[in-house]
This record gives sequence, C-alpha cells and structure tokens, in this order.
Amino acid sequence: MHAVAGVSFALREGDVLGIVGESGCGKSTLARIILGLMPPTEGDVLVDGRSLSSMDRRERARLIQPVFQDPFSSLNPRQRVRDIVRLPLAAQGDIPAAEQRDRVMQMLVRVGISAEMADRLPAQLSGGQRQRVAIARALVLHPRIVVCDEPTSALDVSVQAQILNLLADLRRDLRLTYLFISHNLAVVEHIATEVAVMYLGRFVEQAPVDALFREPRHPYTRALLASVLTPEPGLGVPDVGLGDSYPDPADIPSGCRFHPRCPLAEERCGREAPDGIVRHGRLVECLLA
Amino acid sequence: MTTVLEVSNLRVTFGTSVAAVRDISLSVARGETHCLVGESGCGKSVTALAIMGLLARNAHRSAGVLRFHDHDLTRLNERGMARLRGDKLAMIFQEPMTSLNPAYTIGSQMAEVLERHRGVSRAAALDRAAELLARVGITAPGMRLKQYPHQLSGGLRQRVMISMALMCEPELLIADEPTTALDVTIQAQILRLLQSLQRELGLALLLITHDLGIVARVADRVSVMYAGKIVESGPTAALFSAPSHPYTRGLLRCIPVPGSGRRDEPLGSIPGVVPRIAPDFVGCAFRDRCDHAIPSCSRIVPLRFGTSGHEYLCRLEGA
Repeated sequence: MHAVAGVSFALREGDVLGIVGESGCGKSTLARIILGLMPPTEGDVLVDGRSLSSMDRRERARLIQPVFQDPFSSLNPRQRVRDIVRLPLAAQGDIPAAEQRDRVMQMLVRVGISAEMADRLPAQLSGGQRQRVAIARALVLHPRIVVCDEPTSALDVSVQAQILNLLADLRRDLRLTYLFISHNLAVVEHIATEVAVMYLGRFVEQAPVDALFREPRHPYTRALLASVLTPEPGLGVPDVGLGDSYPDPADIPSGCRFHPRCPLAEERCGREAPDGIVRHGRLVECLLA
Repeated sequence: MTTVLEVSNLRVTFGTSVAAVRDISLSVARGETHCLVGESGCGKSVTALAIMGLLARNAHRSAGVLRFHDHDLTRLNERGMARLRGDKLAMIFQEPMTSLNPAYTIGSQMAEVLERHRGVSRAAALDRAAELLARVGITAPGMRLKQYPHQLSGGLRQRVMISMALMCEPELLIADEPTTALDVTIQAQILRLLQSLQRELGLALLLITHDLGIVARVADRVSVMYAGKIVESGPTAALFSAPSHPYTRGLLRCIPVPGSGRRDEPLGSIPGVVPRIAPDFVGCAFRDRCDHAIPSCSRIVPLRFGTSGHEYLCRLEGA
C-alpha cells in the first residue's frame, strides 16, 4: 500500500503549512515520517539541510515535536502534568534537574496551566487543558518544527478557538514553524500561510493560503471547499458532484488518482498521471488545469 | 403540521448530585429537522437517551409531556419501548464502534432489525440492508454485509449505523453527531440523503450536533443547550439573524469562517469551562463566563421573546 506516494515540499522558518485531506489520504502517515516515527520507503526529510535519518533520537527530538489529536491518549494517565512536561527534558540526559523544573514551570505558565494544575493527573483536566499540556510538552525543548495532527478536532468549538489562538501566539513569540494537519478547512485557512491538499498519498494542489482559498484550481480542492458548511442559513447542503464512491488507498486508480470521482474527468485522465504539473505558479496535479 | 415528538419540562438527574437536563421542552413535526446544538456536557446526548428510554440505572427522568405520536413514553415499559425502538423510533449514536456488536457481521445486525420488528425473512432483510448500504454510498454492499465492524473504517461504520437506523423506515430519527467522524464531502452526502428521506417519507429528524454550520444548513428549528437548559430556540433564520443569548453569540464568534479575511485577529473564544450543575442550582449557569452578568443573574433569568417563535433565557433585551 502506497500511503504516501511522492510528496515534496520545503518549509521556511515561521511558515505554517496546512495539510488538508480526507481519511485515507496519507496525511497522518506523512506526519509520522516527518516526526521520525517511521522511516520513508524512499526519499528524505531534511531540517536546516541535515537529514533526519542521520540524527539520533535525541537530536531529532530537539528539532521536531508533535501535538496529536487526542489529548487523552497522548498523555500518560498515570503521570502528573509536571512530570509529563518534564519527560522530554529528562530524556535528553544532560539537563540538570533544577533547570528541568524551571523550564517546565515556565512553559506551563506560557500555555495557561497554573501551578496547581501542574500537580494533577490528566483525567482531572478538561480536554482543552490536556491539549495545553500536550503543547507545553512539545515546546519545552524549544524545537524548530511542530507537527500538529488534528490538534483541535476533538475539542469543543469554544475551546478550539482558545487553543488556536494559543498556537498562533506561540508561533510568533517562539519563531516556530508548523506543519498543521486538519480536515477542517476553516481552521486551516485561519492559521496556515501555505496549504497543500492531499489525496490518496499525493499533494494534488499547493499554494499560499489566500490564493488557494480564493481560487482553488484542482477539482478536488474545489469540491472540498464547496462541501464546507458555513453557518449561513438558507444555503442548504451542496451537491459537489463527487458521486457516491470514496477513495480506497489499497486500490489506487490509474492515471489521475482522482479521476473516478471527478466531475470533469476526460478519457485521458484515466491514462495519464498528472504528477508534478505546475500551472499558474503553483502545483496543481490536474491535466485540465 | 403533525407533531411527531413532543417533550415538555423534561428533567434528568444522576444520583443526587448532577442535574444533567433541567426542564427542557421541544417538539419535532413530520418532515421537520430540529437541531439541538451545544458543546460537551450540555446535556444534549442525555436528552436523546432520555427520549429513547436508554438512560443508565442511576438516572432519574421526569417530564410533563414525553410523547411520540400518541404514545405516552413515560408510561411505556421496557417491552413497549423495545417495540418502538429501531422501528418507528430510531437513533444513531455518537460512537459507532461501541454501538455495533463486534461479534456479529454487519448483515446479521442489520437484518435482525427487520426480522424482529417486521417478521420478514433473513433473505429479504439482507436485500433491504444491501439497498440501504448502497444509498449511503457504500460500494460492494454484498461484501460489506459479510464483514465485521472492526474491518470497517470509522467513517464506514458511521454510515452502517445510519443505514441500520433506516431499516424500518422510522418516523422519528434521533441522530447524535451522525457526521462528526466523517469527511466533509461524505458529510454533505449523508445530510443530503437525510433530507431526501424527509421529503420521501416525512421523516422527523432530531439532529444533535455541536456544529453550527450543519445547523444553519439543515435545521428548520434550533435549540441551543447549555448546562442542561435550552438557553435559546427558534426558527433557524430568526436565530441566526438575531442571535440573542450571550452563549449563542459567543459560539458564533468562535467559528473561523473561510473567506472572512480576519486571519490575523484572534478567534473569539469563551473563557472558562461548562459547570457541573447540582439539582438545587438557581439563576443563570452561564454567568461566570458572561460579559454581561450582573448580581441578579444568580437569582432570576427572564424568558425573552423575539420574532416568530424565537425565545431566549437572558436579562438582556433584543439583539
């Protein structure tokens, strides 16, 4: 199974690359490869010109950290908050205990977790508070890159807004670079500087955020955007013309991966793969763009 | 308009310490979609379970009126409820993995619904099941019927749950977050399916969600729930054009809207968390998170009226 099939991109410091795509598109697999949690079958991940695979675990941890979707399962239920956030520092092996404690408390304050909450177990915190702890843990080593995989999808709307605002502040203050994976297009538009649309393992469109949302060029991107239900009464539920089928990563169509569901597909779309097409100054993997 | 579901003064408490649903009223008519919207802990799922008679044993339910057509649900015993459930009164739960039996095939579980309620043969029931799976966009339905729940992705399981609820052509469908686990394109497809069923069968739909986008696009009427109470309700257009309760307005400010161009400003958010309410609680439960709270909010909460059936619980007048 080709979960990720030929993805290339470059991030500059301070960028937020939003990756949007539906289930089975490979975005979580891509996140795991970038985090070093699984090796790529082919290709490489470079940070500041250095290959991730040439680094040991501790060095990778100093450069790239994750924030996952489920704040409950990503925190050790048997550890107190302060120990959860201290673990990355302890695992480096060369940071004195007193410095560890100071850095933990500083980061907890920074994410809005009080000293009293630092002594609690995860089950004693709300979903939003747990996610703040996960963010503190991700940032305590001052990494360069944070990979956020659906960081607010499991949270209520009012809490999601708090967390997104926090992530935006931290990016500015700590000069972080984010890879922000989400199925929520409105959230991605709010936080990203650049957006890639992923489909069955490939980036099918990539552009700066305003350009992509103002003028989506790939038929899949257009269908995705048209499916978003904004809180405007009277507009009904759109029929985006994709028919009833859904993508199966175990059975990838020939030619253009999207062609069986594409309302514009022509005969050649089933034969020619549109890999790597650049048009209108952006990646748009479509023969008809 | 025929009323299919009528709920008046519903209360649910757990033990002596938690009042999960505190005197709520709502109704759903034939062919109508009523959305019950709120965040975690507001009591919306408990409301659904209360209507279905599926509350835990330590729950205490009381209601002035709890009526499905001319069935008084407060007087039906478990056997009476079991006859209605899955047949004329169906529910889609939030967690498809825990609602599907892992030890039986999809086909077996779906067929059972028709076999029990309508006495049809297994073969006929499986045909109907395959037809419904195809309607929710599942390809190769014959193959899926032979599979077990763990062999399906979360999105597929959710679609199976929806089909299962439709097996007996229910008159009232209570759907608790039916599209939360689904991709946006599939969500749109499912919502359109539910709408076409409404047109075909006159299905009454009580749709529970936290997503105001879904509410705006599909609801005829909306009830906004907070800490066990309906704090604002009314026809969808009226509520969205004049959101009046501070919680409703806060929720609307939290949602990033694509194309709004307000990207560099922080999103609106509501500070604090939803409180746990004890049965003897008095006053407005939102007061600790509200910019407009005054001392009387801890004692009295007036009911205000907007246009055409729009009402809300707040001292503030007019939006």
